[in-house]
Amino acid sequence: MKLLDCPDIGKRPISEFDYLGEIRIPPSDADEATWADYVFNRDNAPGVLRERWYHRPTGRWFILERNTLTDEVVGLVDPADVRYKEPNYEVPA
Amino acid sequence: MKYRLDPQPLEWIDRRESVSFRFEGQSFSGFRGDSLSSALLASGQKLLGRSFKYHRPRGVLSMANHDVNALFQSDEATNIRGDVTPVSEGLDLRACNVNGSLANDKDSYIGLLSRFLPVGFYYKAFHKPKKYFPFWEKIIREKAGLGEINTDWTATRQPKQYGFCDVLVIGAGASGMSAALTAADAGADVVLVDENPHIGGSLDYQLANVEEAAGVRADLKTRVRSHANIRLLEGHYAAGWYTDHYVPLVGADGIVKMRAEQVIMATGVMEQPSVFRNNDLPGVMLASAAQRLITRYAVKPGQRAVVLTGNDEGYRAALDLLEAGIEVAAVVDLEWLDKRGPWAEQVKAKNIPILEQSAIYEAKGKDALTGVVVGEFDGRGCDSGLTRKFACDLLLMSVGWAPASQMLYQSGCKLGYDKKAHQILPRALSNGLHACGRLNGAFTLEQRLADGERAAKDAMAQLKGEAINMDLTLHRDSAAHSHDWPIIRHPKGKNFLDIDEDLQLKDLINAAKEGFDNIELMKRFSTNGMGPSQGKHSNMNGIRVLAEITGKSIDETGSTTARPMFHPVPVSAMAGRRFRPERLTPMHQWHLDNGVQLMEAGQWMRPEYYLPVSEAGASDAAGAGQIDQRQQAILQEVQAVRSGLGLIDVSTLGKIEVMGPDAARLLDVVYTMKMSTIKIGMTRYALAVDDSGVIIDDGIVGRIAEDRFYVTATTSHAAAAFRTLSLKIQELGLNVRLANLTGSMAAMNLAGPASRKLLSGLTDVDLSEANFPYLGMREGTLCGYPVRLIRVGFVGELGYEIHLSAAGAMEVWETLMREGQSAGIRPFGVEAQRILRLEKGHIIVGQDTDGLTNPFEANMSWAVPLKSKPWFTGKPSLALLKARCQRKLIGFRLPQGFTGELPKECHLIIENGEIAGRITSIAYSPSLGRTIGLAMVDLPLADEATELKVRVDGGAMVSIEPCPTPFYDADGARQTADLTEVA
Repeated sequence: MKLLDCPDIGKRPISEFDYLGEIRIPPSDADEATWADYVFNRDNAPGVLRERWYHRPTGRWFILERNTLTDEVVGLVDPADVRYKEPNYEVPA
Repeated sequence: MKYRLDPQPLEWIDRRESVSFRFEGQSFSGFRGDSLSSALLASGQKLLGRSFKYHRPRGVLSMANHDVNALFQSDEATNIRGDVTPVSEGLDLRACNVNGSLANDKDSYIGLLSRFLPVGFYYKAFHKPKKYFPFWEKIIREKAGLGEINTDWTATRQPKQYGFCDVLVIGAGASGMSAALTAADAGADVVLVDENPHIGGSLDYQLANVEEAAGVRADLKTRVRSHANIRLLEGHYAAGWYTDHYVPLVGADGIVKMRAEQVIMATGVMEQPSVFRNNDLPGVMLASAAQRLITRYAVKPGQRAVVLTGNDEGYRAALDLLEAGIEVAAVVDLEWLDKRGPWAEQVKAKNIPILEQSAIYEAKGKDALTGVVVGEFDGRGCDSGLTRKFACDLLLMSVGWAPASQMLYQSGCKLGYDKKAHQILPRALSNGLHACGRLNGAFTLEQRLADGERAAKDAMAQLKGEAINMDLTLHRDSAAHSHDWPIIRHPKGKNFLDIDEDLQLKDLINAAKEGFDNIELMKRFSTNGMGPSQGKHSNMNGIRVLAEITGKSIDETGSTTARPMFHPVPVSAMAGRRFRPERLTPMHQWHLDNGVQLMEAGQWMRPEYYLPVSEAGASDAAGAGQIDQRQQAILQEVQAVRSGLGLIDVSTLGKIEVMGPDAARLLDVVYTMKMSTIKIGMTRYALAVDDSGVIIDDGIVGRIAEDRFYVTATTSHAAAAFRTLSLKIQELGLNVRLANLTGSMAAMNLAGPASRKLLSGLTDVDLSEANFPYLGMREGTLCGYPVRLIRVGFVGELGYEIHLSAAGAMEVWETLMREGQSAGIRPFGVEAQRILRLEKGHIIVGQDTDGLTNPFEANMSWAVPLKSKPWFTGKPSLALLKARCQRKLIGFRLPQGFTGELPKECHLIIENGEIAGRITSIAYSPSLGRTIGLAMVDLPLADEATELKVRVDGGAMVSIEPCPTPFYDADGARQTADLTEVA
C-alpha cells in the first residue's frame, strides 16, 4: 500500500484517499465538442499536476500539486486560487 | 538412517525427537528439524520427484527453497516443497506429477519422445483445427504439470499483521546481521528477517568449518538476539517490494505487512547450476546444497564425489565433503588453478586430483548418478575427444551465483553486469534502498561485515534526511566468483537449463532462431523462468545463452523482472482474516431478537426479512421449507404494509445537514431539481447525475430553515453524497457547513394506512392533512425524544419517516411495535420494501439503472428542469442527451397464474435474435396477484411492443407484457388522501 505525503496532514496510506484527478473547470457556453472533451477526455501527460484528493477519514478535500512522473507531492494549492462560478448554460433552441 | 552423520556443531535437527511419516507408501523417519528432503536423503531415498514435462527422475538441487522437482502432495495440500518443509509426525506424502509410482513412472517414456517435442510445440501443434484443442488440452494437462488441488480442503484463515520499523534488513547472514547491528547501535528501530528457521545464512553452511568465522558467528548471533532495538523474524520470507517500502513478510502463520523507512537488502546470492548433459540426475546438486545437507541436517549427500568448480567456493565444498567423511574423486576446475586461493591449496595438499581447464561433458546414470565424463574446456566448449571418466554418486556444481535481486528490480534500482565479477551487481539504488553482502559483490567475510556496516550507515544517514554519496563498490571482491559460461553443448542434448520446465539448451537456441531473441519474448515462448522457481536457477544461464546467440553483452540482453510476489504465497495468507467493518443500526439487537434474516448492504447489516420468532427457531431444518418460509414472510410483510401497518429500519440512509447562506445554491448545483424554491417544512425528490448525465443517486431534500436543509441519500451512496457536497463547496468557494449525521441519527419508516392513527397518539406534531401534507417535514417529539418527521411515499402508502438521534431510536421502535399491535404492525425488511416500491414503479438507483442510465431513459424527464435552472451538474450532457434517448425503462407483467420458469433480474430480452434489453427488477406482487417487473428496453421497441421475449436460465423464451407504471395505486391516492382508518 502506498503512502500519500500530504503537506497538510502528513503521510497517510493512500487507501484513505479518493482520487478525483486533475483540476478541471466546466466550460461555460460550451458547444457540444467542447463539452464532450471536458467530460470524457483527460490529458494524462506526466508532469506536475494539480489534483483533487479526498481524505475520507477527515472528510476533507485537498488540492495537491503532484509530479506524476516521480509520484512526489510537491505542493498544496489554496482552493481560493482555483475557484470558479457555476456557468450559466442556456439550452440551445 | 544410514546417511546420517555424527552430530554437526550447527545442525538444526533435534536428535532426541524422532518423527515418522510416509512417502510413496513407505515409512520413513527423521528428526524434529529435518526437512522432508533431508529426512528422505538420510534414509537413502535420492529420487524425490519426476520432472514437469519428460517425467525424468529428479532429486535435490539447492536445499534452498528452489527445489521445484521435489514437490510433494498430501491429502490436504499440494506442491509441498521438500527442501524446506519441516517433517511432521504422520504426514502421508506422494510425489507430484507421477503416473503410477515415483519409482516406476509410466510416463517416463515421454523423455524418449523429447526430440519430437521442440520448444513451442504445444503452441504450434494443437491449435488447428480449433475444435480438437479441448481434447488435446485435457491430455496435456494430465501429462504435464504439478500437483493436484484438493478442492475439498480444510479452509484456514491466517491473520494479517501490520508492522512498522525504521530499518528493515532482509537476510540474516553475515552482512545482514552486521547491517542490523550497526543500525540498531545507532538507535534505529530495526527488523531483521530471514526465510530460514535460524539466522546465520551462509556463515553457517559455507563457512561452517572455517575457524576464523567461528568467533564472528558467535558474536553476531549473540548480539543480534539480545539487542533491544532489533526485532528478529525467523522463518519469514520477504515476498516482494511495494512502493514506499511496503514489504510482505510471509511466515507459516500468515503475512506481516512491514512498512519500513529504509530497507537493506542482504538477500545474498543464489547458486547457479552448470548446464551439461544429464545435469538433472539425482546426485547432481549445487555445492551449497551439499553444504546445507551436511551442516543443517547432518546428512551425507553421497559416498564418492566429484566437484565441478569455477570459483574458490568449490574448493571449500570439497574440503567440507572430506570433513564429513565423503571421498572426493576429483575437483574439476573450469579455469587454471593459479586463479584460486588458500582453499584450493588445502585441497591440493590432501592429494585430491584437480583437473584444470576442464568441465563435465556429461553425467552418467539411469535413475541416479553413477559417474561423470570430464573433458577439456577452453572457456566456451568442451572437447568430447579428450575425456576422463570418474565413478561417483555425487557431483557438486560450484560455478557461480545470481543475485537475489528480485526486490531491487521491483523497486526500480539499476543493476548491471560486472565483467570482472561475472555477476549482475547493483549500480544505482532507489531512495531508501540499500544492498550489501554477496548481493553487492562482497564475498570474503571481512568484506561482508564491512559492507553491511556501510549499508547501515547509508540507511541511517537517509533516515535523518541527509544526502549520501552511495559508493557501492567499496567492499567488493576483486576476484570473480562466477564463471561466465558454465554451459556445455552436447549432441545428444538433455543438458537442462531450466529444470522447472524441462528446457534444454537447444530449446533456447531454437527459440532464438524462431525470432524470439529478446529476453522477454524468449521467456514467454520457451517458458524459461516461468516455472515454480521463477527462474531462480535458470534466468542467469538463459541470459548468458541469449547474449551468446545474439552477440550482445549481458547488459544489452537485459533481465526479466520478477514481479511481486516472486515466491509462491499461499492464498490463505493473502486472504487473511475478514477485515471489513460491519455497521449496525441502533435497532440491531431488536432485529436479532425478533427472527431477522440479515443481509449485507454496503458496510451495513440490514434486515432482509423477519420470520416469526417461533418459526425462526425451527427454520434451521433448512431445505425447501426455508425458501417457502422466506417467500411467505416477505409476502406477509408486504400485505401488512398495504392493509395495516409496517415498520422498517432505514437508519442506513445517508443523512446530511446542510447549513449556511449558500446552502440552497449548493443543492441547486448538486441535484437536478431546483432546491432553492422548496418551502420551509417541505421536501423534494432529489436526483443526482454526474457530468455525463448518468444517474448516480437519489434521495430527498427537506428545508428546515431559509439557510438549513436536511438531505438523505441512498445507503450505498451516503459517503459519496457527502463527498460530492464537500467538493462543490470547495470548487465554488461556498459559505456552507455540512454535518454528516448518517451514523448519529437513526431513521425508520412507519408505513401503512394505520400509520397516522398510531403516530398521532405518540407525538406532539399535528399530523392533520392540512398541517402536515404529503412531502411535508415537521419537527416535534416522539416518546419524549426530539424527532424529525417526513411524509414520504416510497412504498406507496401513507407513511412517515421518523428521524431521531440514535440514542432514542430503540425506545421509539419498541413503542411503535407495541402500540401498533392492535393495527397488526409488522416489521418489514429490505425485500418487502423492494416489492412495495416495485408495485409503485419507483426505481432503485444501481438496480434499475446502470453505469450509463440517464434520467430520460428512467422516465424521469420531470426531474430535469433544463429550462428553468441555469446550471446543475451534468446539465449540458442532459440537454444533449434528451433528443438521443436510445432505451427506456418500462413496466411489464406476467400472466396471472404463470407457472413456467420465472425470469430473473438481468435476464435478457431478445428480439429477432438480438439482445434488446434486460430485466432490472422482477417480483411477485401480492397486491396484484401476479409477477411484475421493470426492464430496460431499446427504443423504439420499448414504446411499441405489446409482447417481449425473455430468455431465462434454462434457455426457454418467456413472454412478458409491457404495461404502464405504477402497477399499484396509479394516482397515488393512498399516500396523500385520508384513507386511513382501516384498522
